[in-house]
Amino acid sequence: MAGIRQISVFLSNQSGRLAEVTKLLADNNIDIIALSIADTAQYGALRIITDDNDKAIDILKNGNFVTKINHVLGIEIPNEPGALAKVLQAFDANEISVEYIYAFVGKSGINARVIIRVNDNEHASEVLKSIGIGLITEDDILKK
Amino acid sequence: MKFYDETHECMDRPSLEKLQSERLVKLVEYEYNNVPAYRQKMDDAGVKPGDIKGIEDITKLPFTLKSDLRDNYPFGLFAVPIGQINRIHASSGTTGKQTVVGYTKEDLDIWADCISRGLVSCGINSGDMVHIAYGYGLFTGGIGVHDGATKLGCSVVPASSGNTARQVTLIEDFKPDAICCTPSYALFLAEELRKKGHTPDDISLKVGIFGAEPWSEAMRTELEKSLGIKACDIYGLSEIMGPGVACECAERKGMHLQEDHFLVEVINPETGEHVKEGESGELVFTTLTKKGFPLVRYRTRDISRVIYEKCSCGRTTARILKPSGRSDDMLIIRGVNVFPSQVETVLMEFSETSPYYMIYVDRQSNHDTMEVKVEMNEAFFSDKISDINSLEARLKARLNSLIGLSIGVTLVEPGTLPRFEGKSKHVVDNRKI
Repeated sequence: MAGIRQISVFLSNQSGRLAEVTKLLADNNIDIIALSIADTAQYGALRIITDDNDKAIDILKNGNFVTKINHVLGIEIPNEPGALAKVLQAFDANEISVEYIYAFVGKSGINARVIIRVNDNEHASEVLKSIGIGLITEDDILKK
Repeated sequence: MKFYDETHECMDRPSLEKLQSERLVKLVEYEYNNVPAYRQKMDDAGVKPGDIKGIEDITKLPFTLKSDLRDNYPFGLFAVPIGQINRIHASSGTTGKQTVVGYTKEDLDIWADCISRGLVSCGINSGDMVHIAYGYGLFTGGIGVHDGATKLGCSVVPASSGNTARQVTLIEDFKPDAICCTPSYALFLAEELRKKGHTPDDISLKVGIFGAEPWSEAMRTELEKSLGIKACDIYGLSEIMGPGVACECAERKGMHLQEDHFLVEVINPETGEHVKEGESGELVFTTLTKKGFPLVRYRTRDISRVIYEKCSCGRTTARILKPSGRSDDMLIIRGVNVFPSQVETVLMEFSETSPYYMIYVDRQSNHDTMEVKVEMNEAFFSDKISDINSLEARLKARLNSLIGLSIGVTLVEPGTLPRFEGKSKHVVDNRKI
């Protein structure tokens, strides 16, 4: 399946809850590579990509967290005006809808790295390929 | 008028018991001959109508349960052909199926009499204007009280429930003498009247008859103070008749049971045996005169006490004290019967395994609120917050349509809700009643 595994965690909107999850991962020596949160007044969905997703999933499940695994697309684009717009325009032209999007820091620091959740990963991958943008794989992210 | 029916309301105990015995003997024979489901129960218990010679024999008869009503939905327990049923009412049942009840013309007439007795005992008379803000419809509250007040000769304002602004205007402009509604709604109206600058002295109301949900002495005090009225409690359940089975008098020391029509027993809900006179237990009613939908030994699940001494108002009828609770897990919220199993049913529609949930009932600004907290599970969860929002909205809509109340839904993390043992393990009732 195309894309990178993303772990979503359901969290009540209570103070300290996010600290607890991140502490749990830290205690198990797991590095969070990318992160975003969507929330309402009552609850939120924490989405993370880590350097050891299998272990992270196990630990979270054992910690009684409700989790969900999705495949999201990771791309690397030039860190310059218009780079993201080009991608999104291509998606729009091909009727691919973007559910959410967030950026994260790559080790090189030259290019911008972006996670995109779309309704159709296969189709979106083809569109990206056609405009010359390659996908980041889980292995790429893990590269130290 | 001091009494609506002095003969029956002030009868001496031996005469009343004689009347009840005669009526019970007739009822049991009538029930046996006309309601196959109850005849089956009697046959199973080895009781024949001839075994019942008076009220002292009542314990020989099998109980009727709410589940019997459900099993015979909708008309299976009616004792007359449907063509002779003059009115049908219904209330919510445990699994979304309604509890259906029917009345003949004669039954409706007796019901109106019972209500009239109650109105008079609270100080309402013919010529008084009565504002009725119980819901009109399948619910027995609105139309039941309406018929009684009409029969008594009151000027009836059939306001029904809802549209508070209009209700306030009606009270301001028409100046009714009495109001009948749920006590929590009365407090809400009182607050609205106060906000508009009214004082208890300039509010025309003198008497309020409140029922269909549990309420406390503290609420009574507040209602009397804020509306400048005498607040009386009325008791009833649709299975037996509706409001008016019993009603307080102006003394407000227990609700006078219309004993010539309803025979009460108080039982230990565990053993089914009678408790000692005056002790607390589950109320069980037998309808002595009903023709359309008569019930023998119907277990109400309401826990209360019954006292028999003569009231200072002059009535000799037994008085039911305020029910102190339920022997099942039914909740009464804004006059609507709610069973936790209904919530479970809805959750099961959304997920194969029902997630753990808790029902929180509270009273905020004198308004009952119900919130369902549901522990999130993997079937419900999504990385998209819009999916979760939409799930929450659909749960809310489904609960609303099944139960008939606006119910809050909150999704919480697994393992965060309290776990309780026992019959009310899914309910936290924070109402201070």
